[in-house]
Amino acid sequence: MHWIGEAAVTALILIGAFFLLVGSFGLAKLPDMMRRLHGPSKSTTLGIGSLLIASMAYFAIAGDHISFHELLITIFLFLTAPVTAHMLAKAHILRSQADRSSLPPTDRPSGWATLDSEK
Amino acid sequence: MLLRLFPHPLLSVWIVAVWVLLANEVTFGQLVLGLILGVLIPLATSAYWPGRPRVGAPLMMIEFMLVVLWDIVVSNIQVASLILFRRGDSLQSRFITLPLDLRSPEAITVLAGTITMTPGTVSADVSADGRALLVHCLETDGAEATVAQIKQRYERRLKRIFE
Repeated sequence: MHWIGEAAVTALILIGAFFLLVGSFGLAKLPDMMRRLHGPSKSTTLGIGSLLIASMAYFAIAGDHISFHELLITIFLFLTAPVTAHMLAKAHILRSQADRSSLPPTDRPSGWATLDSEK
Repeated sequence: MLLRLFPHPLLSVWIVAVWVLLANEVTFGQLVLGLILGVLIPLATSAYWPGRPRVGAPLMMIEFMLVVLWDIVVSNIQVASLILFRRGDSLQSRFITLPLDLRSPEAITVLAGTITMTPGTVSADVSADGRALLVHCLETDGAEATVAQIKQRYERRLKRIFE
């Protein structure tokens, strides 16, 4: 394996590990539920994205075949990560009395879906 | 007749492509198996998805994906620096209301997903009539600026693609 390829794969793995670490750190550090949601829902996309690109690059350079599984993982991740964050946020709005009363108005005749469906 | 057999043609193509990628090899057997799934799954699930979303403007779709990918990289760096260098209490976090111009449910879903993946914003809820999104910002200068940015960067392009 050429040293340029090796350096590129190494750099991608390090970048990925860094953003995953920061995402997890944000989850532990930020003070409330909604702010905590930001760390894992974003820092992990670039983190895991870098790791997957590194994996593809490694198999393309050092292995004997090109692997497409990483592309699928990326697509599935982009489909599921926002849905997870959305469900967590909805559950939080439903449970937290303080956040529920501080929500901005919809500027529409009906309210927010999570709370309106209670009636 | 053809539409009854293929209620979602794009979904069928998509399933075949995903199946071949999952198998990680292009052989005749895998292709046939993928085709069978590509016919059966849309048929079995069509009752839950009666509408047929119109998807157009392929160039706009590529432009949209590039814009989103770029924003994901930028937002990761922004959020990482906020997490590392700011005290959690000092962040100006708040909920904002994003009025929607989009009408198609598929387009609104994509917009909500995009908002979650990009700069310091998470979509938290939708209004009961589907005309406004509730967005939580990690750090914002003003609600109007964030709303204008989301409308300008994503909603305008999604409107071209889906409507």
